Amino acid sequence: MSAFDTDVLVIGGGPSGVAAAIELRRQGAKRVVLLDREPALGGATRHCSHSPFGMLEFGRVYFGAAYGRKLTLEAEKAGIDIRIGHSVVELADNGSVLVASAHGAERIAAQRVIVTTGAREKPRSARLISGDRPLGVVTTGTLQSYLAFHGLLPFRRPLIVGSELVSLSAVLTCLTHGARPVAMIEPRTHALARAPLTWFPTMMGIPFHRGTDLVDIVGRDRVEAVKIRRGGAVETIACDGVLLTGQFTPESALFLQSPIGVDRASAGPAVDQHGRSYNPLYFAAGNVLRAVETGGWAYREGRSIGRAVADDLQREPDAGAPVPVSFDAPIKLVVPNILRRTSSISTAFREFQLRVLRRVRGRLSLEIDGQQIWQASGTWSPERRILVPIPPKAPDARQVHFRFREEE
Amino acid sequence: MPTQPPNDRAFDVAVIGAGVVGCAVARRFALAGARVVLMEKGHDILSGASKANSAILHTGFDAPPGSLELELVRAGRQEYLEIKDSLNLPLVTTGAFVCAWNTLEADKLEAIARQARDNGTTDIKLMTGVKARSTMPSLSESLAAALEVPGEHVIDPWSAPLAYLTQAVALGANFLRGCELMAGSFDGTWRLETSAGPIIADTVINTAGLYGDVVDDRLGLGSEFRIKPRKGQFVVLDKAAYRHVPRIILPVPTEITKGIVVCPTAFGNVLVGPTAEEQEDRVRATVETETLEALVNRAAEIVPALAGIPVTAVYAGLRPASEEKAYRVFVRPDRRAITLGGIRSTGLSSALGLARHALKLHADFATGYPPPETVPTIAMPNLAECRERDWQRADHGEIVCHCELVTRREVEATFESAVPPGDFGGLRRRTRAGMGRCQGFYCNARLAEMTKARLATPLAVDPETER
Repeated sequence: MSAFDTDVLVIGGGPSGVAAAIELRRQGAKRVVLLDREPALGGATRHCSHSPFGMLEFGRVYFGAAYGRKLTLEAEKAGIDIRIGHSVVELADNGSVLVASAHGAERIAAQRVIVTTGAREKPRSARLISGDRPLGVVTTGTLQSYLAFHGLLPFRRPLIVGSELVSLSAVLTCLTHGARPVAMIEPRTHALARAPLTWFPTMMGIPFHRGTDLVDIVGRDRVEAVKIRRGGAVETIACDGVLLTGQFTPESALFLQSPIGVDRASAGPAVDQHGRSYNPLYFAAGNVLRAVETGGWAYREGRSIGRAVADDLQREPDAGAPVPVSFDAPIKLVVPNILRRTSSISTAFREFQLRVLRRVRGRLSLEIDGQQIWQASGTWSPERRILVPIPPKAPDARQVHFRFREEE
Repeated sequence: MPTQPPNDRAFDVAVIGAGVVGCAVARRFALAGARVVLMEKGHDILSGASKANSAILHTGFDAPPGSLELELVRAGRQEYLEIKDSLNLPLVTTGAFVCAWNTLEADKLEAIARQARDNGTTDIKLMTGVKARSTMPSLSESLAAALEVPGEHVIDPWSAPLAYLTQAVALGANFLRGCELMAGSFDGTWRLETSAGPIIADTVINTAGLYGDVVDDRLGLGSEFRIKPRKGQFVVLDKAAYRHVPRIILPVPTEITKGIVVCPTAFGNVLVGPTAEEQEDRVRATVETETLEALVNRAAEIVPALAGIPVTAVYAGLRPASEEKAYRVFVRPDRRAITLGGIRSTGLSSALGLARHALKLHADFATGYPPPETVPTIAMPNLAECRERDWQRADHGEIVCHCELVTRREVEATFESAVPPGDFGGLRRRTRAGMGRCQGFYCNARLAEMTKARLATPLAVDPETER
């Protein structure tokens, strides 16, 4: 009789978690349990009612809940033990996980655990925004949950903060549900999303101010006004809400609270080329690794890491000492964050994923044991991925470093 | 000639202001057998100064020697320790270090230790920085010396006053929300004009906190003191910070303020604050980016492991300071009025003591009441991490807030309770829903649905009227 309740426990039923679970079953894993704390699978795709999902993984487009239903169908077909309404509280060192559900608290012991808890937008508090703290200051995810699950609206005339892709989704969500944004602001001098998407607010008659900061929120019970600073001058705009968009951050609290910890740069768990964390029983995939990629990307990543875990089940957990991948500013993060010596299990990452902190121009190079292996020159923007192939000898190196030389 | 209010608007004692002191006073007088009304102009209890504090149950070790504040902090603390089990309230026995970060501060510790002993806190210990760090290695290496005060503890700052009022209500006290005192006249009994109609009372007790002076004015009691609001900003760090801060870390205080405290909370977070900023405004308590950043940085200077730990929440509160440091307690026996004012920062610790003090002052001009035949038992829902939470027990329905593990059963129960929440802040304080690291990213919409038509300001806007 096995001491384990399951071979693999997957935490989080978004694209990466479902993909990992399906792949594990395909590779012959007998018992795969998939937990999600929400009432249905799908993760963040559930409330994104007008973003297309599924092209990459299923060859057709699904919207919002339909994508979640497709994931559920595929997971059921694959023979996965799906448990919704299960919220994981704590990761123990030995692969046993504390879970809260309507039944109370229970422990589930697994040979391997994959954490696929995704990402969320940074709330007002973590952004340290000045002002009163009235109702009506929410993130895009919250706004979309109000609409998608309850048919409710948190405001009618919000100020939109941010100009990422999700910010434009926020504009669309507002306009299609009877909310009229008073303006959209971005502290940087240019939008983070690409044109022509950035023309959209202006086309819809919503003023879009670049180089503008939110300096005050005013309101006793509900938001009454905001103060913004544009080019040294502060102006007051009447509104009834503030919609904070983007600034995604991995939902990595389970790692943060465990001895495994998180990488300060990526805010997710550090993983090696197999998606394996500092504790070799725990793997991670999808947007919990770094914010933020598309559902299709997360699905593919989940699948690769699922395959690596299937291989790893056949052997003793590897606690080999990892080599950290170091990097210069203005690089923001590198995933995989660590490398372990080459082993027989399949490689989940063929490329390093990099992000930069701000718009930069210069020369990016990869050095292995002091020797330059790869280099490229160009201009890179934040919130866009840079992919660098992982050289075959990198996992056996003593030092792996990304260098960046900025140019005018 | 004003009409006489109906009998159900006539009381022995009217308590004005449902902060922690008002709740404690309502309980004490209800326990003494008085017919009590507690009036609150806000939508819920703790709508003013009492909603934002550092949640410490003080020993009074650093209170002014011989002061009423010292006496009442000690009495309040003693009573809390006696009643906490019967009310199911938590006590996190953290203890505190008063930390000196340079020789100048270290020189002051001796005097603080002497004062602590004079104040009756004798179980203190002066130690070198090295010694203090051997018990709490997460403290910065620059620690010069420390004074250990084992009796400083952490409590749940919202469940405690709620328990006091819940017990008062169980004893027959009335709690009126949205009831602002406009004026009062005394002709042997008090006639109080309020925003919710007239109220008759034999005695008034002013526990109006930030409006203590205003209420005295409106009662025609003269201007014995002026409230000078002092703002305090706080940051709450993620639960990952908790393991690094097993004790309350107090600075060596200055004349004006106790300074920035780094302190574990009963809910498993770490609190950093407060600032001390004088202002005129009694309503607005804004947070400011630069100040919050400074608090985050200060925390990491004191406990370096806190660097990079995410901020869960930020808040600001106003303390009802006055022209003087001392509590401003006034009794007018001929007017049957008591004012408990200027309780600037130790109110959570002293509230139960203040309530006893008020009853004693009252006995000097009024006769007693027939005591209640039975005292009902009240068990508050536990929100503290050190004890069993509702999610650990079966059949709670579902987890509504995942960050704080709040169950549907808890949210539903709070609306069925004797003192249900009046606004979203009140719901958060009673259940912790939405108080966690995602600040409602996942649960806010669900809570909007669950709280429909139940809160003064709904989370969702009305689809019909505001179109």
